Amino acid sequence: MGRCERCKKAKATFHLTNIDRSGSKVERHLCDKCAAEEGLLQTAKAVDLNDILQNFIASSKTSGTDLSTLVCDRCGISYVEFRNQGLLGCANDYEVFKEQIARLLERTHAGGSVHTGKTPKSLGVAHKPQHDIRRLKRQLAEAVAAEDYERAAKLRDRVRQLEDS
Amino acid sequence: MSTPLDAVVRQAGEWLRGIGPMHEIVISTRIRLARNISGFLFLPRAEPDMRQEITETVTSATRRAESLKDLVHIDVDELSELDRQLLVERHLISRQHADGTGARSVAFQPSEAAAIMVNEEDHLRIQVMRSGLQINEAWQQINSIDDSLEEQLDFEFHSQYGYLTACPTNVGTGIRVSVMLHLPALRLTNELEKVAQAARDMKLAIRGLHGEGTEALGDFFQISNQTTLGRSEEEIIDDFRDVVIPKIVEYENAAREVLLKNRSLALDDKVWRAMGVLKNARLISSNEAMQYLSHVRMGLHIGRLQSVDLQTLNELFLQIQPAHLQKLHGERLNGEQRSIERAAFIRARLNGK
Repeated sequence: MGRCERCKKAKATFHLTNIDRSGSKVERHLCDKCAAEEGLLQTAKAVDLNDILQNFIASSKTSGTDLSTLVCDRCGISYVEFRNQGLLGCANDYEVFKEQIARLLERTHAGGSVHTGKTPKSLGVAHKPQHDIRRLKRQLAEAVAAEDYERAAKLRDRVRQLEDS
Repeated sequence: MSTPLDAVVRQAGEWLRGIGPMHEIVISTRIRLARNISGFLFLPRAEPDMRQEITETVTSATRRAESLKDLVHIDVDELSELDRQLLVERHLISRQHADGTGARSVAFQPSEAAAIMVNEEDHLRIQVMRSGLQINEAWQQINSIDDSLEEQLDFEFHSQYGYLTACPTNVGTGIRVSVMLHLPALRLTNELEKVAQAARDMKLAIRGLHGEGTEALGDFFQISNQTTLGRSEEEIIDDFRDVVIPKIVEYENAAREVLLKNRSLALDDKVWRAMGVLKNARLISSNEAMQYLSHVRMGLHIGRLQSVDLQTLNELFLQIQPAHLQKLHGERLNGEQRSIERAAFIRARLNGK
């Protein structure tokens, strides 16, 4: 195993291949310490959802609209209270704090913003095909990325079938 | 007075049976769904009367549902602190539910495979727990419980955000899959951080034995999903079953092989020393006991020791915890008395009574 190209002492445990602007390949081989110092390695720190939530809610304080006046007329919770406790007061809050929640959800759910799972039977199956298509398309992208073309072909056919129906 | 809880303490629940896929490393698989009932405010804004009404609504719904008729109903607010702690140790309620205030309850199957917490952070927290990686079975059961409840109750559901929850971090499916793992070799070889990093990269959380905010005891870890919106229940479950857990189990097995190959004497020493302490100690804390039981459990699975069976070990993991110990003993014990009682209890079990 090679040495770190930066400090030339520790074992290189971090390997990065980049394509630079001219299109040529640039390889880096570093030890963890040097990689961290160059900001290439994420330090081992737990992703704490509550931290994200707190930071996010706190940061939204300084944004344009005056959030301190936002109050839900059903449960009476204010945006400030939600910000402090991290919990909502009723289902209606998802509408009242719509914009703030949309941004928060994107951060805490890895970009996910639309429910694609189970739907109560009482609501019928109307949403279902949409969900399936969205899910299949994502799986298709994953299969292509993993170069599993056999699976990708099957998924593509299934998407077409659903879109035509 | 005898309560339903006096009986449960003598045995381990369904999820500690030591069966199911990868059960040597995967202790249990738990799936939890968060649901809120339309027409009520979420719990942070619910007044005492409304909280009471929610518990009554859920209880009567479970009594109407044919498939939920056998549930044991417990009023958590009325329980003694010791009984609440007992339910936490058995993973039937969360610590948050135990420490909460106001009307709240739990209803569970006699086998303890399924439980419904009422008025925890959301109106309902449904959970199913299985031994080993029986994740499909767990999903089928919880899905059907959810279906049965849905025939009796209207849950808050949003066309874009799915099932609505008090905390936006649970919205969507409201699902939390938590798999409890026994990873002694990864800890001995100092490779846990690698696993933890990989888990974080996949947006998974790693926690101690009793979930949020608890430390890992005796090499037991819980790994769970954090993303609940934008992925379906099946996708999340498939990921655990086909990717996440097999990978970690592979790492742990590889670490065990390395230990066996390069440090077998040191490994034997750990296993047998642990057995020696457990069979002879006169005072032992639960942390210390958990650590030694963990080493013995590993020794059993890698074939370095045969003199104890998995069932006994699994029961010990549960019964040496403070509330179980006191319930089995029949009276409240202080810290030192518990250490004495715990040591005596373990000696009796391991030396064949």
